[in-house]
Amino acid sequence: MEDLRAIIETLLFASDTPLGVDRIRDILGEAERTEIAQVIADLKREHDERKGGFQLCEVASGYQFRTRPDLALWIKKMRGLKPSMLSPAALETLAVIAYRQPVVKADIDRVRGVDVSGTLKGLLEKKLVRMLGRKDVPGKPIVYGTSKKFLEVFNLKDLSELPTLRELKELQE
Amino acid sequence: MGYEIKLDIFEGPLDLLLYLIRKNEIDIYNIPMAVITEQYLQHLEVLKSLNLDLAGEYLVMASTLIHVKSRMLLPVEADADENGEEDPRADLVRQLLEYQAFKEAALTLDRRLLLGRDVFKREAWPELEKSGEEEEDLVELNVFELVAAFQRMTANLRKEDVMEIETEKMSLSDMIHEIMERLGEKKDVSFTDLLGESPTRKRVIYTLLALLELMKIRLIRAFQAGPFGPIRIFPAVEEWNGRPQGDH
Repeated sequence: MEDLRAIIETLLFASDTPLGVDRIRDILGEAERTEIAQVIADLKREHDERKGGFQLCEVASGYQFRTRPDLALWIKKMRGLKPSMLSPAALETLAVIAYRQPVVKADIDRVRGVDVSGTLKGLLEKKLVRMLGRKDVPGKPIVYGTSKKFLEVFNLKDLSELPTLRELKELQE
Repeated sequence: MGYEIKLDIFEGPLDLLLYLIRKNEIDIYNIPMAVITEQYLQHLEVLKSLNLDLAGEYLVMASTLIHVKSRMLLPVEADADENGEEDPRADLVRQLLEYQAFKEAALTLDRRLLLGRDVFKREAWPELEKSGEEEEDLVELNVFELVAAFQRMTANLRKEDVMEIETEKMSLSDMIHEIMERLGEKKDVSFTDLLGESPTRKRVIYTLLALLELMKIRLIRAFQAGPFGPIRIFPAVEEWNGRPQGDH
């Protein structure tokens, strides 16, 4: 159905966040999940073959049009601004949260050997990290985890796509 | 000193230790405590002499190193159960390996194709302003957002106003009375209204201080409809007598 193809493409184009198959099905009302998945796969291949300025990427349990990495230079030129990147401290804190979630701040402090209050606050403000709730231990500390935006920014389909931690396996013996 | 000291900013004591271990090409499972402790302390001295704010964590690690070093000096009792005595360095090594794993994981994360750095999505379009003031979705503000609004106000002040020499006498309690009076007349008042036509810096400051004070003692509440929207001040307790609710 050529129509379905156009509708799904238009949704993916206009959406601000990655769209999952379920969300697309909600919008369409009818249409089978497999059918939608097939259309998305076709669209993805079509855009890959076209070798244009953007691709359809699978990210954060959904699909999103993104520019080609080898063309990043031009977009940076257009924007004129340096992208605000994460500091090594923020990246380390984020890594601990990503791999250890749900995790309390005291555990992040212990792993990194420093007080992470500042970097944690920054990550919360950037919405890469979110509060998941409180742990049922004395003091009821807040439990942190990564957000959907984390998957989006770090180009991950889901958390299982995180590479396994080296060395850590032997440690846990 | 026989070697140069690197003054990169380390991410913490564990980072500094890992650096020393790498630099000396030391086997992490067999750390010569004396060498590492000495070099670690020398780095701390340099950091201190540069008047860098030395976080407490560095000192805690220093004492841990010295403690482990001293335990290494103790003779191992010959008849001690071999499995019962753990290497005094074991905890430290575990900590270092764990940290190293996460440090690598952080670098791996950074090497991915990051959105906003390596790949881009379409720019979000600005939301069209909602029409009809009555439908404003009011959000309760905290003190920080009020201060942010204050900063925007002062940024908008004309330069000449800032240069004027102010003779008007103003006091905090006068301002508080003024705000409460105006809230008595109307059911709500906006931050901009309170400032008047061309506010002086002094008036903006007094208004803000008065609002903060009133928020603190819970006489008023501040609301804002979306980011950068006008800030509206309401009395915390609705106690205007004789005036119907919907009156404007």
